[in-house]
Amino acid sequence: MSFLAKSPWIVHYDASSCNGCDIEVLACLTPMYDVERFGIVNMGNPKHADVFLVTGYINTQNVDVVRNIYNQMPDPKVVVAIGICASTGNIFRECYNTIGGVDKVIPVDVYVPGCAARPESIIDGVVKALGILEQKKNKTYKKPEISGAS
Amino acid sequence: MPKRTIIPFGPQHPVLPEPIHLDLAVRDEKVVEVIPSLGFVHRGLELLVTRKDFMDMVLVAERICGICSFIHGLGYCQGVEEIMNLQVSPRAKYLRAFWAELSRVHSHILWLGLAADAFGFESLFMHSWKIREKILDIFEETTGGRVIFGVCKVGGLRKDIENDVLERIRKTMDEIEADYRTIAKVFKEDYSVKHRNCGVGVLTADEAYKLGAVGPTLRASGISQDMRKIGYGAYGDLNFEPVVEKDGDCYARTMVRVREVYQSFDLMRQCIDKMPEGPVDMKVTGFPKGEFFSRLEQPRGEVVYYIKGDGTKFIQRYRVRTPTFANVPPLVKMLGGCDLADVPVIVLTIDPCISCTER
Ligand code: SF4
Repeated sequence: MSFLAKSPWIVHYDASSCNGCDIEVLACLTPMYDVERFGIVNMGNPKHADVFLVTGYINTQNVDVVRNIYNQMPDPKVVVAIGICASTGNIFRECYNTIGGVDKVIPVDVYVPGCAARPESIIDGVVKALGILEQKKNKTYKKPEISGAS
Repeated sequence: MPKRTIIPFGPQHPVLPEPIHLDLAVRDEKVVEVIPSLGFVHRGLELLVTRKDFMDMVLVAERICGICSFIHGLGYCQGVEEIMNLQVSPRAKYLRAFWAELSRVHSHILWLGLAADAFGFESLFMHSWKIREKILDIFEETTGGRVIFGVCKVGGLRKDIENDVLERIRKTMDEIEADYRTIAKVFKEDYSVKHRNCGVGVLTADEAYKLGAVGPTLRASGISQDMRKIGYGAYGDLNFEPVVEKDGDCYARTMVRVREVYQSFDLMRQCIDKMPEGPVDMKVTGFPKGEFFSRLEQPRGEVVYYIKGDGTKFIQRYRVRTPTFANVPPLVKMLGGCDLADVPVIVLTIDPCISCTER
C-alpha cells in the first residue's frame, strides 16, 4: 500500500440491503479486521469522503439519495458496490420495486461479490478501489473495455 | 413560545447504519413532534412468493434481514410445515432453537455495540464487536456463513452439528460468556452510560401495552411477554423466564438485552444437554394447501408470518409483520418531549431493523 499518499475516508450508504452486507462493512472497522490500521476511516459526511461504499440495490425511493451522496463527494472519487445486491440486484431483481444494481445510477469502479460479502473481500475491494483512486488523481485512469459482449 | 422548526434526521445519518427518515419538529432543544417516513429499503419481496417455489422461498425469507436471518427462515419453515402437517425431527427442532439463540446473542451484542457508539462510547463499541466475532466464528463453523446461513429448510435442516463439535462449542461459549461479563458490567455500572440512559425516553407499561410495543421494548416497561413461551419448536421443553425490567427508560431497555444474552447462553446449554439423536431432515412431498399464522420471538420482539398456500408449487400470499414496525408508534411516543441530543439514543433503543420493516 505504498502508493497511499493520504488516509482514504469512506462513506457508507445502505441503499436497500438486507443488513447482511452492512454489518460486514461495519465489521471491517472493528478489532478483528480493523481497517483503521490502513488509515481508512468511516465518515458520515459525504463531503469528506473519497470512497463510496454502497450496499443493497437501487429502488425508486433511494435513487435520489444515492445520486445526491455521489454528487456531494469531491473529485476524484471511487464507488465500490458491495454484495450481489449492489452489483446486480440478487434474488430481488424480480421484485416490482427494483431498479437494479448501483451501476444503473452512478458509475461503479469495483464490484465485491458475495451474499453477504465477506469482510476480507470487502477490504480487498476497497484496496483495489484505492489503486483506481490513485490513477484517477494522476489522470491515468482508463475505463476497462468490456470484452466478449457479442 | 419559541418558533417551531423542522429538523430532518436521516436517511443517511452517521449513527444509523440503516436509512430511516424522521422529521423532528423542535421548539428550542425540545422535540415536540416526530413524523417518521419509511420506504427507503422497500424491496417488495413478499410478492416473490409468486415467482419462487415454496422450497426456495426460505432463502428469500432469510434475506429479509441479515441480523435475524436464521429466525426469518425458521418462521417461514415453521409456517409451511404446519400447513403441510410435517413432523420435524426432534434433533432438528433442538438445533433450530440452538441457532436461534445464537442469533439472539449475536444480535443483542451487535446492538449493544451500536448503542455504545450512539452515546459516544467508542471503545465499548469496539469491545462488543470483538466478542461478536467469536459468535460469528461458531456460525461459520456450523453453517458455513457469517450472516446468511441457508441451513433451515422446509422439513428440517440442511446441516447437522456433530455431538463432539457441540461439546467444543460449549467450551467456546464459556469463554465468550466470560468476556461478555466484562462488557456487561460496563453497561450496567458505568457512570456515563447511566447518565445518558437513565430516565431518557420513558415508556410506561400502560403506554407500551396500548401502543402495541413488542419484545425488549415491551419487557423493559414491566410487561412479561415472550413468544418463546408459547412453546414453538423445542422451546416447550426448555426452562426459562422472560427478562423483565420496570423503568421503561433507555437504561431498562439496555438492561433487558444485557440480561437476555445470559438467558440465551443458558438456553443454548440446555439445548446441548438435551440434544436428541436422529436425522435432521425429511423428504417433503406435495404442496402446501391452507393457511397459517406463525408467531416467533425475534431478538427485537414478536414477529408474525401469515402464509397461505393453494396447493400449487407457489405460495399464494406471504405476509410478515415485523417487530420494528410494531415498535414505531411507541418510538414516536418516546421521542415526544425529549432533548434533540437524545434522539439517536432513543431511536436505537427500540433496536430498529429497517430492512425487516420495509422488506
Ligand atoms: S448481497 Fe446478500 S447479504 Fe448483501 S445485502 Fe444483498 S441479500 Fe443481503
